[in-house]
Amino acid sequence: MSELFYQTAQELRAKIGSGEISSREAVMSCLERINAVEPKVQAFLTVTSQEALAQADAIDKRRANGEALPPLAGVPIALKDNMCTKGVRTTAGSRILDNFVPPYSATVVNRLEAAGAILIGKANLDEFAMGSSTENSGFFTSRNPWDTERVPGGSSGGSAAAVAAGEAPIALGSDTGGSIRQPAGLCGVVGLKPTYGRVSRYGLIAYASSLDQIGTFGRSVYDCALQLNAIAGYDPLDSTSANVGVPDYTHACGKDIQGLRIGIPKEFFEQGVSAEVAGAVRKAVSQLIKLGASIEMCSLPHTDYALAAYYIIAPAECSSNLARFDGVKYGHRTNELAGHIGLTEKTRDEGFGDEVKQRIMIGTYALSAGYYDAYYKRAQQVRTLILRDYQRAFEKFDVLATPVTPAPAFKVGEKADPMAMKLADVCTLPINMAGVPALSVPCGFVEGLPVGLQLIAKHFDEETLFRTASAYEQATDWHNQHPNL
Amino acid sequence: MALSREEVQKVALLARLELTQEELDAQAQHINTLLQYVEVLQTLDVTGVPPTSHVLPMVNVLREDIMRPSLSREEVLANAPESREGCFVVPRIVEGANV
Repeated sequence: MSELFYQTAQELRAKIGSGEISSREAVMSCLERINAVEPKVQAFLTVTSQEALAQADAIDKRRANGEALPPLAGVPIALKDNMCTKGVRTTAGSRILDNFVPPYSATVVNRLEAAGAILIGKANLDEFAMGSSTENSGFFTSRNPWDTERVPGGSSGGSAAAVAAGEAPIALGSDTGGSIRQPAGLCGVVGLKPTYGRVSRYGLIAYASSLDQIGTFGRSVYDCALQLNAIAGYDPLDSTSANVGVPDYTHACGKDIQGLRIGIPKEFFEQGVSAEVAGAVRKAVSQLIKLGASIEMCSLPHTDYALAAYYIIAPAECSSNLARFDGVKYGHRTNELAGHIGLTEKTRDEGFGDEVKQRIMIGTYALSAGYYDAYYKRAQQVRTLILRDYQRAFEKFDVLATPVTPAPAFKVGEKADPMAMKLADVCTLPINMAGVPALSVPCGFVEGLPVGLQLIAKHFDEETLFRTASAYEQATDWHNQHPNL
Repeated sequence: MALSREEVQKVALLARLELTQEELDAQAQHINTLLQYVEVLQTLDVTGVPPTSHVLPMVNVLREDIMRPSLSREEVLANAPESREGCFVVPRIVEGANV
């Protein structure tokens, strides 16, 4: 049996329920692990030790009183630091929110609390979730637990690294162009981006509102299902959350995949994907065939246009969303004396990092008078073509299988060219454009570094993702391997 | 098409970003690289294709206008860089007015 800090949420919850361990012990095991490995991994911006222990004691007391415990009772969880937590500093990885303490919690935070989960810390990210490595964080770069010279991926890199390193059994992230699946793939953990609208975005600090979606990290497929059970569903505070029933996603885990129809979109193997990564994905697909699935090549012809359309739509929405940071209501304000416009300009120049400024500039340009039709409207039309590709594919297939990333984790500082960094998201971006759910599950190692298999399903069919990924997971041993730290 | 430094300066004003001269040059280069990359979108025929702003079939989500509790003034002002007498403090906007 592995150490307590490498137990899954499912295992911890069972042990807490039976009284084999207390919630305090579960929390302490994570806090001790954080103390031991955090200097190397640097996954957290804030660790909430005291609050976590107090909550653990409350759970243990409820158990002692014979109360029925909720599904995540006593289980520690890390949250990407772009989700508002009442009374706990929330930075979005930006200096402009260095001192921001939200007066309210995100809906997902309230739902996790109701499910008994215990917040253990706020995880590092690329500033405002813009980036693929955490190198754009306004604070520091998190490290890949498998090789601390390398990035954990991003933007939810802190969440992925924390789960891979045993600092937390589960975590939430957000995914706008791959920000959950890419770091999950690079850190060797499971990462789910649910359907757009499946999970409320209320209290998630916005980047690109039509693409952002909160999702889950775990060291098992089941743990992602457990978390989605807790956070999914309609929320009157987010008018884009969908009023669609929430099944018990854990029931999809452990089912067979006999007769499952899997499509392999050829475009995803042409986008500079390394031979080794393609090989690992092909092996995983062979495994799925052995488990009873049928496989056929297919085409999503507009895949090659997704990156270009994304880099108009996401910056456009970002420029609008980030207009709220003006140095008046909250966050950083410049100390320089300046007039009304000058105050805003200087505050934003001091508070935002380079990547964020670049995206604000591109978005502002793309939305400005005279250019709107040529850029923003056209990108939205191309988005329709991408969405139709997926709708057509799901008439024939239950699941699509692709690589998550073109290559394993790169070295810190290796992708200094911003365009090179953006190309690292080429396999994950198109999925956000279509709004369909997708999951990354570990499918092997390339030169000692984990790589992931991406599974994609139609809108609101997360169950098929869990069923497929859990069948694959049970037939393989990748998820039982942990980094040496 | 490539943006000149003056055009980038204008976008920076619209975006309320005060950029240094070096930053302006770097931004111009970055924007032009990206605009060149997204030129590929112009090669597609999108005649008659409706734009997608949002993937779910929902429009004009309405709710009843009902009063409900909101955050207190103290909670809202707690994060303000500067506040006075229950208000946010901002620089003077109207010149010559008495404050």
